Amino acid sequence: MKLPPISYRRAGSADEAVALLAESGDDAAVLAGGQSLLLELRYGDVRRGVLVDLAGAADLAGLAVADGELRLGALVRHAAVERLELDDPLARLLRRAAAYVAHPPIRARGTFAGSLAWAHPAAEWCALARALDARMTVRGPAGEREVAAEDWFRGPHRTQRAPDEVLTAVTLPLLGAGAGVGFAELRRTSGSFALAAAGCAVHVAAGRVTRARIGLANAAGVPVRAAEAEAALVGSDGSPDAVRAAADAAAAAADPASEPHCSAEYRRHALGVLTARALTEALGEAA
Amino acid sequence: MDVRMTVNGQPRRVAVEARDSLADALRDGLGLTGTNLACEHGVCGSCTVSVDGEAVRSCLVLALQCEGSEVRTVEGLADGDRLSPLQEAFSAEHGLQCGFCTPGFLTLLQQALDDDPFLDRDEQKLTELLASNLCRCTGYVGIRRAVVRAARAGRGEPPAAD
Repeated sequence: MKLPPISYRRAGSADEAVALLAESGDDAAVLAGGQSLLLELRYGDVRRGVLVDLAGAADLAGLAVADGELRLGALVRHAAVERLELDDPLARLLRRAAAYVAHPPIRARGTFAGSLAWAHPAAEWCALARALDARMTVRGPAGEREVAAEDWFRGPHRTQRAPDEVLTAVTLPLLGAGAGVGFAELRRTSGSFALAAAGCAVHVAAGRVTRARIGLANAAGVPVRAAEAEAALVGSDGSPDAVRAAADAAAAAADPASEPHCSAEYRRHALGVLTARALTEALGEAA
Repeated sequence: MDVRMTVNGQPRRVAVEARDSLADALRDGLGLTGTNLACEHGVCGSCTVSVDGEAVRSCLVLALQCEGSEVRTVEGLADGDRLSPLQEAFSAEHGLQCGFCTPGFLTLLQQALDDDPFLDRDEQKLTELLASNLCRCTGYVGIRRAVVRAARAGRGEPPAAD
């Protein structure tokens, strides 16, 4: 099974990638890790005649911390996130979630930002981006702009990125010392897509939850921020009863799809259970 | 158009179409048919090869993305007729039956052993790594034993007692 005919253009910088996209119009796709794009081209679910490869764009390769934020350039691979060493609980959360992203050979090639651009409803990174108020930086013919995670996702595989724009970086705020983090996922086999997943970060002071951030994967066509669950938890003592109430609120916030191996009802139940597990893990390590 | 790669230590130039995967270039362009193609969408791992020191799916990498890269395929493991310690271990521990998945497992595991000679001491990590590739014959038991054997051999230790 061959890929359909394509032409391949290698960009030497982000600006060159934008110029190449402008030349090719709607027939172009941006290639970074290619671990989703190339297989969808094989399936014929995505049809594009031109691939603009970012691999040569050294200005998109960086991973850096500045001003209390972690900035991941478009070429940062899942494997680099899996190995991230950083003096902030954010690194712990990203490392835990990375272990659920496909399997090692895919993580060696696929990129963090590519996952945000692909916007698969089951993607771990999309759920965390939503939970942690990530910002997406896109560059197009009109220049650069930033899009908040709450505005970024428009539907399955649909984002605010225009076809002539490149997602150049994703920025995540650090969580700060003392934050507890948790991640829990349900999948059919190791390496499968998430049937459902929950990621969270909590802050606790004087025995009370002061802040909670919860993101859900595959709870709807876009990643879900479980705001009601966060509200239910903040101000509580983080007891098992409080966790249960938050988990119920998260399940209620979901609008899950039904598929042969996972009915909507089952998925909603699983989202509640996973939220409780992630919160319990996070509360257990919050200082 | 041409792509230049170093394949199993040899500089090679291969004529490819833009749509050719690395697997296509290795198999059809260079005749290195030890790399097997099965699912062609990244799930099964039969086509695993090393690119610049990382085990990847050669069905999900375009040949043109490998311009200037170092590629190692299953043909690059043995020294002439002498099997590598990992290949010997697969034989000794019955790490294969039909053998179709074997090149992918060998390249995946050789890269992992190159990266971490103590791979066998972290059972959870090894399990996650083995789950990257599909084997429908062995149930993975023989493959796991082969990795342990090869890792021990690499450290100059005798095979583990049963």
